[in-house]
Amino acid sequence: MPVVKAYKDAEALTLTVVAEFDAPVERVWQVWEDPRRLERWWGPPGWPATFDRHEFVVGGHCGYYMTGPDGEKSHGWWRITAIEPPHRLEFDDGFADAEGRPLDSGKAVHFVVTIEPRGTGSRMTTVSTFADAEYLEKVLAMGMEEGLRQSLGQIDDLLA
Amino acid sequence: MVVRELSDADADRIFHALADATRRDILVRVARHELSVSALAQHYPMSFAAVQKHVAVLHRAGLVHKERRGREQVVHAEPATLRRVIDLLEAYERIWRHRVDGIDRLLAED
Repeated sequence: MPVVKAYKDAEALTLTVVAEFDAPVERVWQVWEDPRRLERWWGPPGWPATFDRHEFVVGGHCGYYMTGPDGEKSHGWWRITAIEPPHRLEFDDGFADAEGRPLDSGKAVHFVVTIEPRGTGSRMTTVSTFADAEYLEKVLAMGMEEGLRQSLGQIDDLLA
Repeated sequence: MVVRELSDADADRIFHALADATRRDILVRVARHELSVSALAQHYPMSFAAVQKHVAVLHRAGLVHKERRGREQVVHAEPATLRRVIDLLEAYERIWRHRVDGIDRLLAED
């Protein structure tokens, strides 16, 4: 199991996920640095991501969209706030309109990613902080719809 | 999903209540043990009335309940509501587990 630990802090609205991979630090860094690799895992279940802008430098902007089960698109943006290859990445992630302009007055989730060597592999720690608690609901709404669709699908199978 | 157990109006009230650092701090204090509004007010550089308003917001969200005891109003945490917020974070955690599995598959391919 690659996920080793997850810690939740309901008051501070943070989630920390610690994962270990059987690959060196440089290769784990690549899954963030290379947009083609990044888009293969960033989207929540049922919402694959496509990055059309990826400025991987401090102050850089990234733009992406995720395509939902019915073909609807949800756009997002990143702003990179710290970068120390191949060990540390910090960025804000928020929702955008179809032209990539930030929505919700620029509300965002702040991410701090650290990657360290661990035995022959690497350990990646990701801390997500929700500056505004209402935002958490919105982020979850996408994954939730997919989850709901899957459970309705299962019920449908049972009825068949 | 667990998240569906909250109505939109409930969720809005809870998230609005938790979006403020003072209210989160009040919640942490009363989660440890019950406190009167006047005892709480001593911890913040604001008026008794302002603290009372924060408590009222937490109360409307169902995160605390209030009990009148003589001239004091005593505030308790409501763990069931906090539990729901943890459920939301758990739903977010599932998204991250999905991402980590995706990275793991990608690294195995390269």
